[in-house]
Amino acid sequence: MISILRTRLRLGSQTIAYPDGPARFPERFRGRPALDAARCKAGCAECAAVCPTEAVGGAGTSDLSIDLGRCLFCGLCQEACPEGAIAFGRDYRLAARTREELVARGDVPLLAQALGAEMQRVFGRSLKLRQVSAAGCNGCEAELNATGNVQFDLGRFGVQFVASPRHADGVVVTGPVSENMLTGLRKTWEATPAPRLLIAVGACAISGGPFAGSPVCRDGAVGAIDGVPVDLFIPGCPPHPVTILDGLLRLLGRVQGNDLRLTGTGIVAAEPAR
Amino acid sequence: MSSRILQVKNGEAVEARAVPRLSVDDLQGLVADVVTAGGRVAALYGREEAGELLVTAVLPNDREGTLGLLSAPVTKEWPSLAPECPAVQLFERELAEQYGVVPRGHPWPKPVRFEHRLGGAGPDAFGREGPRADIPGGYPFFAMEGEEVHEVAVGPVHAGIIEPGHFRFQCHGEHVFHLEIVLGYQHRGAEGMLVGGPTARTVSLLESVAGDTAVGNALCHARAMEGLAGVEVPPRAAALRAVALELERLANHVGDLGALATDIGFLPTASYCGALRADFLNALAEICGNRFGRGLVVPGGVRFDLPSDAAARLAGRMEEAFSRVEDAAGLFFDSPSSRNRVDGTGVVPKETAQALGLLGPAGRASGLQVDARKTHPFEPYSSATLPMVTLEAGDVHARARIRFDEARASAAFVVQVLRQLPEGPVRAPCPAPRPGRLAVSLVEGWRGELVHAVTTGADGRFARYKLKDPSFHNWMGLQLALRGEQISDFPLCNKSFNLSYCGYDL
Ligand code: SF4
Ligand code: SF4
Repeated sequence: MISILRTRLRLGSQTIAYPDGPARFPERFRGRPALDAARCKAGCAECAAVCPTEAVGGAGTSDLSIDLGRCLFCGLCQEACPEGAIAFGRDYRLAARTREELVARGDVPLLAQALGAEMQRVFGRSLKLRQVSAAGCNGCEAELNATGNVQFDLGRFGVQFVASPRHADGVVVTGPVSENMLTGLRKTWEATPAPRLLIAVGACAISGGPFAGSPVCRDGAVGAIDGVPVDLFIPGCPPHPVTILDGLLRLLGRVQGNDLRLTGTGIVAAEPAR
Repeated sequence: MSSRILQVKNGEAVEARAVPRLSVDDLQGLVADVVTAGGRVAALYGREEAGELLVTAVLPNDREGTLGLLSAPVTKEWPSLAPECPAVQLFERELAEQYGVVPRGHPWPKPVRFEHRLGGAGPDAFGREGPRADIPGGYPFFAMEGEEVHEVAVGPVHAGIIEPGHFRFQCHGEHVFHLEIVLGYQHRGAEGMLVGGPTARTVSLLESVAGDTAVGNALCHARAMEGLAGVEVPPRAAALRAVALELERLANHVGDLGALATDIGFLPTASYCGALRADFLNALAEICGNRFGRGLVVPGGVRFDLPSDAAARLAGRMEEAFSRVEDAAGLFFDSPSSRNRVDGTGVVPKETAQALGLLGPAGRASGLQVDARKTHPFEPYSSATLPMVTLEAGDVHARARIRFDEARASAAFVVQVLRQLPEGPVRAPCPAPRPGRLAVSLVEGWRGELVHAVTTGADGRFARYKLKDPSFHNWMGLQLALRGEQISDFPLCNKSFNLSYCGYDL
């Protein structure tokens, strides 16, 4: 017992300060890319050629874009671009409510909008989620698990992953949705009482990711369950736990707009009061 | 005998047609000889060439540090070697599923991962023809009968955030007679998608074969590619790759110690190890920007250098992080209440481990001397003093203890390598693979030995890319560990193996 207490003292509190204070990211962390299409040389497609998932659109034109739903945040396009038109920054706020909003252009982030007032009322204080890995590689699953550990502590916000779909308000899908897991996913969805949310986490669940085009997968959760739209997309391969936290909190309207920003050191700070 | 087996080094490429071509009888005879003499089978896989199915065996000689290669053309069926050599049972089932080769007399002829045929036409060895409605679970389970015997079915969707798989227990009350595990839910067609490569997708896809082993698989791939191209990586790149591989091991071992503690409700170790695991993930992110080391290792070297002063600082932090792990995990090993749950639970005796060909910490916890870092090393492992940690008990405690001891050795290794990074570049150009070659690459990932056996066609493109995660062997170890145990000990046993679903399902 004494040794347990001694260890407790030595290791201290581990929970990150976010969202009230800074979340730290390493210098080389790749978050939202800033694109400067004005630098693109006509006919150049170096970035698109190296991209593993065909995420770069309009290469060599004034409409340069990166589909964050396909992007693995590997940074190869930035490395390949001779003009410096692509720069991955440390903005971890990547989630979006629609597939279209995931296509990044220029350098102004599109932040995920909150649910409507009624859904916020239902889920805002308490959101229980059931996770289904449909051929996820255990990368996204590991980061979802991490959101619940003492560091990221998702439970602080009343959000929790539960064992039974009957107790859940929504399903979080990871993976490209393999044929072999389609039935399992659909049955879990059917067992979740309405109103319910469908959340896609990771490039695989959004677009198939590295398994896009696989003859035995469905390119993710979009359209995997007949007539069920995805309510929130959280990009990344895998998304950082803080990106997941941020996406969920924005969906619930608990974090809004720009009241958290990135400083040059990659530290998130509250915007100074004007 | 030796002229009938071609001996190569780990990662060395040879002309594909230089691999001796034997009859099925001779190939099976040699495989059986090697296994009877205490050897093992690293791979036994099919490949189509000119309309014919060629089965290649990879037989590692762990004492000499070589890999024996041999092959045989196989038609629709062949006699099963599994009754004699249980270690090949799953390879034969995989050949049945992928190429329709029926293993006559196989004691357990069941699908592996509900995969569509990779080669040949018509129904597969299980009479299935795609596209088909079969999904995992539509399966001839082993069943027991008796008035008081009952079945417990769990999965594919489990209670936590975890990959899908189906577990079927044959029980009498709490007592488990038999556990059968059916996988395949995670099958993404990885091997099929790799054919025709390398493409811009190849490395990311391999990093995603098992996302907790991204560095291991990227390294295994890079070494195969360097062999196929005939290039060496600069020493600094080799050192940084090894640091990343060991950080991956540390993150997973430490995280699993926490998870084991969670399963028995020992909260101090559970919460601290969960958080301390992040120190190792964050170290990977510091090197390459991604917590799982994705995007770091590429054919020819690494994409990110670590300046020597940053490396020295990282070494200091890793030293500090591991001393905290010593505290947090030490509590678990010292506590009588946790020892009570793990000692003697889920035993896999050495003979069983040997017969199944268990790999990695699971094999070493049962006394097997299997660690590719020692037996088939490449730089910097060949000149390092990394110990091979083995124990004899083969129980949950031994599998946990091995992780702890190995993590300690890895931490010391990481610190040492970071403090003495060789100077020079971190990347060399890696040209396209040479045509008509075969390279077999082995890397000791945190779960055990990864195998990539890569064959290029006449155009220099991948004609066959065979992948093997150690889980391919080890899932059977978990099934046998449960025999005679209490069903409530399943989570603990499962966590002590912590096998890969997607690494098995591909
Ligand atoms: S960072 Fe994204 S867009 Fe750029 S190459 Fe990688 S996957 Fe493609
Ligand atoms: S998005 Fe990346 S990390 Fe997530 S499941 Fe897919 S491959 Fe794995």
